[in-house]
Amino acid sequence: MVDLWVQLAYLIAAALFILSLKWMNEVRTARLGNWAGTIGMAIAVVATLGKPEIHSFLWIGVALVLGTAIGTPMALLMPMTAVPQRTALSHAFGALAAGLVGTAEYYLRGSSLGAGATAILCAEVLLGFLTFTGSLLAFGKLHEILPTRPILYPGRHFVSFAVLGLAILTALWLAFVPTAHGVLFGFFIVLALLFGVLLVLPIGGADMPTVISILNAYAGLSASFMGFLLNNKLLILAGALDGSSGLILSIQMCKAMNRSFLNVLFGAVGHVVETAAPHRDGRSIQGYTPQEASTIFEGARSVVIVPGYGMAAAQAQHVVKEFTDRLSSRGVDVKFGIHPVAGRMPGHMNVLLAEADVSYDRLVEMEQINPLFPETDVAIVVGANDITNPAARTRPESPLYGMPILEVDKAKTILFIKRSLATGFSGVDNDLFYLPKTMMVFGDAKKILNELIAAL
Amino acid sequence: MEPQIDWLTNLYVFVLASFLGLELIHKVSRLLHTPLMSLTNAISSIALVGSLLLAGSGDSLIAVILGTAAITASSINAVGGFLITDRILRMFRKKNGR
Repeated sequence: MVDLWVQLAYLIAAALFILSLKWMNEVRTARLGNWAGTIGMAIAVVATLGKPEIHSFLWIGVALVLGTAIGTPMALLMPMTAVPQRTALSHAFGALAAGLVGTAEYYLRGSSLGAGATAILCAEVLLGFLTFTGSLLAFGKLHEILPTRPILYPGRHFVSFAVLGLAILTALWLAFVPTAHGVLFGFFIVLALLFGVLLVLPIGGADMPTVISILNAYAGLSASFMGFLLNNKLLILAGALDGSSGLILSIQMCKAMNRSFLNVLFGAVGHVVETAAPHRDGRSIQGYTPQEASTIFEGARSVVIVPGYGMAAAQAQHVVKEFTDRLSSRGVDVKFGIHPVAGRMPGHMNVLLAEADVSYDRLVEMEQINPLFPETDVAIVVGANDITNPAARTRPESPLYGMPILEVDKAKTILFIKRSLATGFSGVDNDLFYLPKTMMVFGDAKKILNELIAAL
Repeated sequence: MEPQIDWLTNLYVFVLASFLGLELIHKVSRLLHTPLMSLTNAISSIALVGSLLLAGSGDSLIAVILGTAAITASSINAVGGFLITDRILRMFRKKNGR
C-alpha cells in the first residue's frame, strides 16, 4: 500500500519535471519552471524517505545537511562570471553520486545480477566516473587553476581509445563471465576515471560550451541507467530528459562552430594553435586611442555590440551596460549580437548581460542580427574574435571556413576592442583587423570603455 | 530492491522520455541556455533517490559509506542547481521605455 503512494508521488514528480522543462522555453514562465523542478525533487525525496526499505535515517540526515550546507553558498555567493565553472563542478557531483551508487550495488549484489543488469550497471558507473573526473578537469580549466589551452601529447588518440576499449572489454567480461570479482571492478572504475581525464585534457577554452553540454548529457544518462537497475521510472525519465537536453545543446554548439562531435573531442583546432603562426602578408595594423575612436559615434544612429569571452574575463559587462546607456541617451539604437558559442558555456553572454541589467529584448541571436549589419553604423566587438572572422565565408583554406559568424564586416564602421594583437582561439588571423573601416583599440576592455564613455 | 529488471517497461519510459526531452528542449530560447543547463543538471540529481535507498537500507558498512557520500554529492548538486537557476532567472528583465 505504501508502495502505491510512493509510486504516485514519483508520477507527480515526473510530471513536474516535464512541466519544468516546458515552462523553461520562455523568460516569462522560466522561474515557474524552476519551481516546478524544485518541488518535483522535494516530492521525490520525501516519497523515497517514506519507503519501508529505509530504516536508518542518521547518515541520511547528516549527508543532506552537509550537502545543503555546501550547495547553498556555492549557488548564492558565486559571481555570475563563474557560472560555467560552477556548472562543471555541479556535473561532477551529480555524476559522482551515480558512480558511487553503482559501485555499491555491484559489491552488494553483483553475484545475483544477470548479464544485462551488470552491463547496464557498468554503463552507469563508466558514465558516472568519467563525467566526474572530466567535469573536475573542466572546472579546473574554466577556473584557470589549470592551463586553459588544449594539453596535447603524441599518441593521445591511441591512448584514449585504448583506455576506452579496455574499459568496454572489462565491462563485457564482468557481465558475461559470472566468476568475475571485485578487483576487476575496481580496475574498471580506474579506467573510467582515467578516460574522463583523457577526454577533457585536449579541450581548449573555446570548445568548453560543447564539452560542458556533453558532460551534462552523460550525467543524465548515468542517472537514467541507475533507474533501470532499480526499476525506478522516475530516475529513468529525469535522467533521459537531462540526457536529451545535453545532446541538443552539444549538437547546437557543434553546428555553431561548423564542426563534428568527434572533431571537437579529438581537437583538430588544437593542432592549429600549435602550428599556424598568423601570417600577416606584410599588412600592418594601426591602433587608435579611445578618444580617436569616439569620433566614429558622431552621427551614428545604430550600434551593434558583439561580446565574447574577453568581456567576461575583463568583467566588463557592467561598463558595457553603462556605455549602452550613454549611447541610448544620445538617441542611438543599441543592440547586442550574440553568437551561440560566445563565452564558455551555452548562453553565457546572455547571463552576464542580464546580470548587468541589459534588457533581454536587446540580446539578439545571430540569425536575426546578421541581416541588420548592413544598416548598422558602428559594430563594436568586445573580447570576441573568431566568431566575427569573415575568413569563415571567404577563405576555403581557413580552418574557420564554413563556421556561421556574426557578419560584423558588413557594418559601416567597426570598432574592435582587443587586449592584444594575439589571434583568437583558433590561431587564425582575423581579416577584419585590416579593413579600412575598422578601428582597432588595444587594451583592457573595461578601461577603454570607460574612456569612451568619458569622451562621448 | 527488486532483483529482476523490467527491461521492456524501463525501455519504454526511457525512449518516450528521450523523445519528449528532445521536443521540449528544442523549444527553449537560446537566450536561456545557461539556466536551462543548470536546471537539467539539478534535475539529474534525481540520483539522490538511488543514494537514499542505498544509505537507508543499512545493509552493510559499504552501503552506508558510499550511500552517505552519494547523498552529499547529489544534494550539493540539487540544492545548488535549483538555487542558482532561480538566481540567474531573476536577472532576466525587460525594461519598458527605451
